[in-house]
Amino acid sequence: MQKKSDSQIHSAPSLTGRAGGESSESLYTILVFSENIAGILNQVTAVFTRRQVNIESLNVCASSTPGVHKYTITCYCTEEMAKVLKAQIEKRIDVLQARYYTDDEIFLQETSLMKISTPAVMENAEVCRIVRHHGARIVEVNPTYTAVEKTGTTEEILSLFNALNSLRVVRQFARSGRICITRGTREELDEYLEEREKEKTKGGE
Amino acid sequence: MEQKITGSEALMLALKAQGVKTIFGYPGGSIMPVYDALYDYARGEKKAFDHILVRHEQGATHAAEGFARVSGEVGVAIVTSGPGATNTLTGVADAMIDSTPIVVIAGQVPITALGTDAFQEVDLVGLAQPISKWSYQIRHAEDIAWAVSRAFYIARSGRPGPVVLDFAKNAQTELVDFKMEKVDFVRSYVPYPKLKMNHVQEAADLINQAKKPLALVGQGVELGNAQDELIAFLEKADIPAGRTMLGLCALPSDHPLNVGMLGMHGNYAVNLKEQECDVLIAIGMRFSDRVTGSLKTYAKQAKVIHLDIDKSEMNKNVKVTVPVVGDCKESLPALTALINKADHSEWRASFKPLDEKERAKVIEPAIHPAEGPLLMGEVVNEVAEQTQGDAVLVTDVGQNQLFATRYFKYPKRRSLCTSGGLGTMGYGMPAAIGATFGAPGRTVCCFMGDGGFQMCIEELGTIMEQQAPVKMILLNNNYLGNVRQWQDMFWNRRKSFTRMMNPCYELIAKGYAIPYDVVTERIDLQGAVARMLATPGPYILECAIKEDDDVLPMTPPGKSVEEMQLG
Repeated sequence: MQKKSDSQIHSAPSLTGRAGGESSESLYTILVFSENIAGILNQVTAVFTRRQVNIESLNVCASSTPGVHKYTITCYCTEEMAKVLKAQIEKRIDVLQARYYTDDEIFLQETSLMKISTPAVMENAEVCRIVRHHGARIVEVNPTYTAVEKTGTTEEILSLFNALNSLRVVRQFARSGRICITRGTREELDEYLEEREKEKTKGGE
Repeated sequence: MEQKITGSEALMLALKAQGVKTIFGYPGGSIMPVYDALYDYARGEKKAFDHILVRHEQGATHAAEGFARVSGEVGVAIVTSGPGATNTLTGVADAMIDSTPIVVIAGQVPITALGTDAFQEVDLVGLAQPISKWSYQIRHAEDIAWAVSRAFYIARSGRPGPVVLDFAKNAQTELVDFKMEKVDFVRSYVPYPKLKMNHVQEAADLINQAKKPLALVGQGVELGNAQDELIAFLEKADIPAGRTMLGLCALPSDHPLNVGMLGMHGNYAVNLKEQECDVLIAIGMRFSDRVTGSLKTYAKQAKVIHLDIDKSEMNKNVKVTVPVVGDCKESLPALTALINKADHSEWRASFKPLDEKERAKVIEPAIHPAEGPLLMGEVVNEVAEQTQGDAVLVTDVGQNQLFATRYFKYPKRRSLCTSGGLGTMGYGMPAAIGATFGAPGRTVCCFMGDGGFQMCIEELGTIMEQQAPVKMILLNNNYLGNVRQWQDMFWNRRKSFTRMMNPCYELIAKGYAIPYDVVTERIDLQGAVARMLATPGPYILECAIKEDDDVLPMTPPGKSVEEMQLG
């Protein structure tokens, strides 16, 4: 067996994620709601690691419900695997709910920031044209650098980045990972919490 | 009731409130305040607990498991931080995969020292999370009442499992206005999912149409105390039932609908019939690979109904036609009410020729050999016959386990402790200690190989000190027999490091002052077993076993269950 080179072992995560992997695999967004107790992120990510599924993006933040944290995780896998991931995550004691979605079931956005050399912007009119063309915003300008913010889909963000990067003006690039809201009419977390509240007042189990 | 007490005393009161009476433990630096409180609570007027001092923390967890298995209560282990804590992890993982309710309380360095690589500091919560049902770090004394109550609630409710409490030393000494808390509701945790009646109806419809139904009974039936409900269900529709290794006590061995043990070394007929049945009804079992063999070919012809309390088991390994998620104590009667009385005697009779084939080719030669060296099967059979199904069977892992579970008899509930999922060698001896405390008055027979016996051999000290009446049957074949069998069958007979030099077990028994006997000749077996059973207290019966005996039948690893071989 050929030894892997260091660059293969420590290869930088690709910006675009995987092209699609096996034919039956597609991109799923997994939404997880949990109690705000220390250590849950570990438990959630361990479910993926153990099943050899790579997390493409991960966003964790307090949700609109007090005391409830929301995790937005994307990964390429089969639907069968998405079901297993959902079930195994939900099995963790302090996880309230886990659901998986395909892109047509959610409104999704990702935001990004790019730090561009201001002298380069001044020298090259193409830079501003690309920024405008991509509907991005310039959020700060000073003599050293210019900060550009672009919110949109992964593809839109990468299109802007690739265009600017080809001019070799990007000094830093940051992406937030996907956040989303569901398109469905039901608010499943609220339903779950209401249901549980009723069961609690009935005197628990 | 409010009183200012130390966190350690608060732990004592919280454990007492949970009905804990037996603690398996081992003291150390970071748990000393708790042991100081235990000094009062294990004797004199405050006495609430028997503390069993083990010889290794792994032993404490297995003992807690054995205790839990036979008693149906939560087993408790208390250990110190660092190595004490990491030594419990095998037991925690074992309890997780076998759904055994235990609570492990480990000391931890004070919170001011956390993250400093302090002496005997280890990230126990981080280590335990993937292998426990719940892990929590108690950082202050005021958390104790809540955390302990929550721990026991989680360990025992729903699908049971291990809970780990990481108890910082400062919390053990802090003073607290202790107030009892009762946790019986956790918003994010639904231990008893609501039964969906439409699924029950769909399942009943499938069963009512079935010509060749087959039930697979797992430990879930026993954990849910639904043995009677199971029998009512099976009898109404005349459904033959195979049992998983952990489900052996869920249906009495002598019940006419019992068709034997499932799995790699289970019974021949039921393994083949899994590939012929038209409706498979899995009850409280998890389709382990040791049961299914190759999933690609497993029971593809059958509609599958899966009853389980844990919804994450649905479609995990085997695609389910109708999931029935809920407590089998509730789901089985609901299903029974909707199914028709049926007669499947013809289908059941079709098991008989295969059973007879197995009996002639495998069972009789294993339990009634005419000549040659002593066999594991006949030793197990002799003990089973003399104890008349009254004893608790504890096994270690390997050939001893497979022979013991195959040839023991299970007329009584909660009569088996064995490490099914994790396959933990060394489990047997400490689990048997736990079983003697969980089922006092019952005979506890522990079968071990020479490998497993030595893996927790230090617990002989616990047995000696407690005079725990464990009847240890050491099946000594001078080999790590199960691996040796695989090497012979699948690795060109290359016996790589499976032959083992053994110590003189008689001298070891003598060192611990435990009565000992050895059987080398068949003719002496009956008398030796009788003497062992007649001797009060612990006993070691060493049996000189044929070196290269194989456990049969066997489905080769990764093969389809119908490829099971009788020889």
